[in-house]
Amino acid sequence: MLENYFPILLFILVGIAIGVLPIVLGWLIAPNRPDAEKLSPYECGFEAFEDARMKFDVRYYLIAILFILFDLEIAFLFPWATIFKEIVNTEAVKWFGFAEMMVFIAILVVGYIYAWVKGALEWE
Amino acid sequence: MLTNFVIPDLLPAAPELFILAMACVILIVDLFVKSKARTLTFALTQLTLVGCAAITYMTSTGEITYTFSNMFVDDLMADLLKLFLDLTVIVVLFYARGYIAERVSMAKGEFYVLVLLATLGMMVMISANHLLTLYLGLEMMSLSVYAMVALNRDSTQATEAAMKYFVLGALASGLLLYGISMVYGATGTLEITQVAQALAQGAVNKTILVFGLVFLVAGIAFKLGVVPFHMWIPDVYHGAPTPVTLFIASAPKLAAFAMVIRLLVNGLFFLAPDWQQMLMILAVLSMAIGNLAAIAQTNIKRMLAYSAISHMGFMLLGMVSGVVGGDARFALNAYSSSMFYMVAYVITSVAGFGMILLLARAGFEADSLDDFKGLNKRSPWFASMMMVVMLSMAGIPFFVGFFAKFAVLQAVVAAGYMWLAIAAVLFSLIGAFYYLRVVKLMYFDAPLDETPIAAGFDTKLLLSANGLAVALLGLFPQTLMYLCAVALVRSL
Repeated sequence: MLENYFPILLFILVGIAIGVLPIVLGWLIAPNRPDAEKLSPYECGFEAFEDARMKFDVRYYLIAILFILFDLEIAFLFPWATIFKEIVNTEAVKWFGFAEMMVFIAILVVGYIYAWVKGALEWE
Repeated sequence: MLTNFVIPDLLPAAPELFILAMACVILIVDLFVKSKARTLTFALTQLTLVGCAAITYMTSTGEITYTFSNMFVDDLMADLLKLFLDLTVIVVLFYARGYIAERVSMAKGEFYVLVLLATLGMMVMISANHLLTLYLGLEMMSLSVYAMVALNRDSTQATEAAMKYFVLGALASGLLLYGISMVYGATGTLEITQVAQALAQGAVNKTILVFGLVFLVAGIAFKLGVVPFHMWIPDVYHGAPTPVTLFIASAPKLAAFAMVIRLLVNGLFFLAPDWQQMLMILAVLSMAIGNLAAIAQTNIKRMLAYSAISHMGFMLLGMVSGVVGGDARFALNAYSSSMFYMVAYVITSVAGFGMILLLARAGFEADSLDDFKGLNKRSPWFASMMMVVMLSMAGIPFFVGFFAKFAVLQAVVAAGYMWLAIAAVLFSLIGAFYYLRVVKLMYFDAPLDETPIAAGFDTKLLLSANGLAVALLGLFPQTLMYLCAVALVRSL
């Protein structure tokens, strides 16, 4: 019973190792010349500690929403890709399985063209 | 594993697929149309809706057909509601066109595409046989409508309305989903026909189910806009640009009616005694608060919003008179009276908001009651059309609104709820005051501005036809009543 969970234990251990190892290695062998910028937490372009109710550019929102869109596309493409061989080898769903994903992508492409022509992708 | 997969029959969903494909095409075409009037976009959108109606009509078999692993159903009620829906949206777009073209700060082509996508969402709702399909359609409609309310992005009123609508709409979706999860917990299925089967077999935890039912009813009540889930209605109707108000006030009501039928009648008919009690409270409160609050309004869009609340309350009266003491003999009659009420209300409400659009022009909204003063002197014909609309909404014979109210009251009396019928009549009497006030303003007051009506010929013609339809359907209501009855008999 318990040995069924062994892969999960292994997974946790490997995960911890991958997380801890680079930090330890960096601490041991990297040269250490700190300055104020290097010591500040990394926060993708924003000041790390300030009032949360600040104004920020509405264009972030556009980029974020486009990102979510195409991120989700991948989330649907992956499971489809894993059974793709099975789909093309089954006579009954061969074309249907292929066409369905193409329709899905086509709809996304329509949205993409719209966003592109409207200038949503330009940081002007 | 894949050999078990059945390729779904696409024919029952042909109208939806057509509208989706065309919405994509129109979105791309509109990118390259530069004119302010967007004639091409408009024409393509109207053609799509006409085509969709034609496909709905031609593929209608009158049989109940399931497809997409029973998630989607096509029956006579769905076909009829979709036809009404397409027709309503076509009329709405004709009224809206001039207004959209004249406003500088409004996104123009997007309006048409969003209308198509919202219509698609409503059609999915109407044909849902699975709680998730229903939810998907509902969200598709709602998200498009939120964006439409905010289309005029320079208007603080419109953005505020959109924000309120979005936040409250998200809350309502949350309630609905919670109710759906409870139903799933109790019955083990999300398919509406299987929920009904599970209930009929009786091996269900009723406490959990009724608990979920409360949340489902709350979600439905929000989408219908009945008290106490009505708070968004006046602000959204008032804040949204008038063409969007016109759209929100008409087409989604048909979809919301389908949602009531699919959830409560198709799915949870077994619990009718429980949900009837809930709907009864909602109906009485809506009629009371809707009619009383409408009296105090000076903005006609706000007044019609409260009037919509009271009408939805009245419509629910038909839904509460279906089952009396375990006897469902009158159920079909009661539900078809509700459906007739809804359709009649949509026809009348489209004409009412159409009148506001008729009087509006660039820089002038015509949404205050005072703007209707002395309309008889400016245009006797349209003053009489507005009078027909107002009298029909008040339920005065012999307009379509009267027969709608009459049919519902008949169902209520047949179910033995005499006090409910008396309350409904009393509140309708109170409501008649503010409808008649509009008539008084048009006929007995001096006009505040004498500018001739600037609307286009097509709007004028269609609005006249719309007003005449309200009057003529009042003289010959049998056909429409018969259609509603047959649709429900063949679908339930």
